[in-house]
Amino acid sequence: MKGINRARTGLAGVVATFTVLALAACGGSSDTSGGSDGGDGGDSGSDLIRVGFSQLGAESGWRTANTESVKESLSQDAGFDLTFVDAQQKQENQIKALRDFVAQDVDVIAFSPVIETGWDEVLQEIKDSGIPVVLVDRTVDTTVDDPYVTWIGADFKQEGTTAGEWVKENAPDAKIFELQGTLGSGAQVDREEGFGEVVGDQIIGKASGNFTRAEGKTAVEAALQAYPDMTMIFTHNDDMGLGAIEAIEAAGKVPGVDIQIVSVDGVRDGLQALVDKKFNYVVECNPVFGDQLADLIKKVYDGEDVPKETIVIDEAFDQTITQADVDARAY
Amino acid sequence: MTPTTPAPSGASRGATVWREVTRHGLFWPVLALVVLLLACGVASPGFLDVTVRDGHLFGQLVDLLRNSATPLLLALGMCLVIATGGIDLSVGAVMAIGLAVSLTYLDNAADPSNVGTVVTAVLLGLAVGALGGAFNGAMVAGLGIQPFIATMILMVAGRGIAMLITQGQITTVTSAPFKTIGSGFVLGVPTPVVIAVAAFVVVSLAVRRTALGMFLESIGINREASRLAGVRSRRTTWTVYVIAGVLAALAGLVYGAPTMAADANNIGLMKELDAIMVVVLGGTKLDGGRFYLGGLLVGAMLLSTLERAVIIFQLPSQTTPLFKAIVLIAVCVAASPTLRAMLRGRRRADRSNTPAAPVETTSAAEVTA
Repeated sequence: MKGINRARTGLAGVVATFTVLALAACGGSSDTSGGSDGGDGGDSGSDLIRVGFSQLGAESGWRTANTESVKESLSQDAGFDLTFVDAQQKQENQIKALRDFVAQDVDVIAFSPVIETGWDEVLQEIKDSGIPVVLVDRTVDTTVDDPYVTWIGADFKQEGTTAGEWVKENAPDAKIFELQGTLGSGAQVDREEGFGEVVGDQIIGKASGNFTRAEGKTAVEAALQAYPDMTMIFTHNDDMGLGAIEAIEAAGKVPGVDIQIVSVDGVRDGLQALVDKKFNYVVECNPVFGDQLADLIKKVYDGEDVPKETIVIDEAFDQTITQADVDARAY
Repeated sequence: MTPTTPAPSGASRGATVWREVTRHGLFWPVLALVVLLLACGVASPGFLDVTVRDGHLFGQLVDLLRNSATPLLLALGMCLVIATGGIDLSVGAVMAIGLAVSLTYLDNAADPSNVGTVVTAVLLGLAVGALGGAFNGAMVAGLGIQPFIATMILMVAGRGIAMLITQGQITTVTSAPFKTIGSGFVLGVPTPVVIAVAAFVVVSLAVRRTALGMFLESIGINREASRLAGVRSRRTTWTVYVIAGVLAALAGLVYGAPTMAADANNIGLMKELDAIMVVVLGGTKLDGGRFYLGGLLVGAMLLSTLERAVIIFQLPSQTTPLFKAIVLIAVCVAASPTLRAMLRGRRRADRSNTPAAPVETTSAAEVTA
């Protein structure tokens, strides 16, 4: 009996030691990462604003352009000490990054949530720590009261509506197949909603292509068979639309003519397809808003009043776009 | 005489043949595949048509074959690994690494459309796959680490490596010869199908025409006994992981070639599970030993047909995982020897109230045999 008890105490001791070590290790690693990112010497209390930014991943050219823009605008020269973490499209990575930011006690946390739900716990922790949150590009659906200070991004629903209005005006008889993005993402839900409100009765079928070219292609291959009377594809991003072009061409049809393509994003390859008359209409989703984000974070840091929402200005293009326009684009 | 050998007369012979057929490991997967294809044909007329367009085959069935190439290549390697009693969770990540290396090389090459350059790029990709496999093999065969854990290292780290190679970007290249690997045709047949079938034939010949297959099974059944019997179990195991790595990299090239975009985050995501599923559908047990390469063909086709059927049946994409799960559960349950033994046991017990005990024992023995 005594032996067992002693063994237990011993075990508990070992566990406790490990926990302490693990905690120490965590603190240590976050310190070093903060220091190395800070460059000119960690917690000297310089006037740099310490920002933790969790990007959701690099799933498309759009995201890459957005990342570039953010990194460029939140530079040290501009007065920021940016800790940038790529979540590789996994919510658990993102939640971990957010907790690390809290542990590092950054001044402002900014993040683009990979999906809308499942943030209650970590947002509450951030709120308890008193660090202001700026949501970037995507939104969250949470039970936490007042979970973020402000949100900046494109209005996905408006993008869907803009695309729908073009269709209503230019192709009122089109039978539309909708190529959805990753199911449950803000871009998919809102673009589908905005588009559906305008021309919902023209949609004959939907399937997801997960925002990637390869899956967009396979989905359209199947859809061409399943919905033979389709005359238009509305895709939630350019990459899936580019995959759709390949599937349509393989089926011996002409993209942009036999099957029109309306897309959202406006990445270079997508606009090039517009110049080549393979896309018919592209609603831009402007990723280069790092400067707007930087202004916003400064205001939040200084405690100024900021609007709850900042909408990034989007444009829309049809086939009148020229090669020169495309070449002049930053991304 | 035991009652399990029925008199070979008339109807009962038919019943025997039927039982033999249904007892074959591939009966239920093949049945599921045929039913699915026919259902697709009914739901969408023209689904089963194969036409010749621009001098090559075209049609939904051709698409399905092309989409089956990637899971088949992965499953080929996976099947050999599983035969040795191991598992390779890293194949999806190795796909991403192989493609990332090839496309990055092409991206930096002076002339990405040069055939020689493309061949070099492909060989580089495959070499990196071999390297990944060699690492897995060294961990498993050399250091004796559990295959599940050993290959999980590369599964987790692999995407990071691919990201490093592409510098976090989605590297896109334009190179007609490279694109052919994924979307071209050889004598009217899609190139990926040709590649996958060639790989299948080579692997089949290697394991069935040489003693390799027997070595693999003996290692899977009892590593120590096979070693004592003179099989070089370490070296053989290591080789098998290298083969799996090369095939995974090849699968990555075939999968990524049509879009020519090295998307380190998404290429091959969850494909390791697809590969394991194809192996299991093909009738190979995860505990090692006996393996069936032929079943992989059916498994791979079934997998890609399932994914397509969701759209053909005009079901919302939200239901894809559920639909897949239902069919797979049905196939696995129907093919379960234990279930059939139970059913047969009950039927016999119902039919004859005469001594049931010896009958049941023989039927159980026959099933496990």
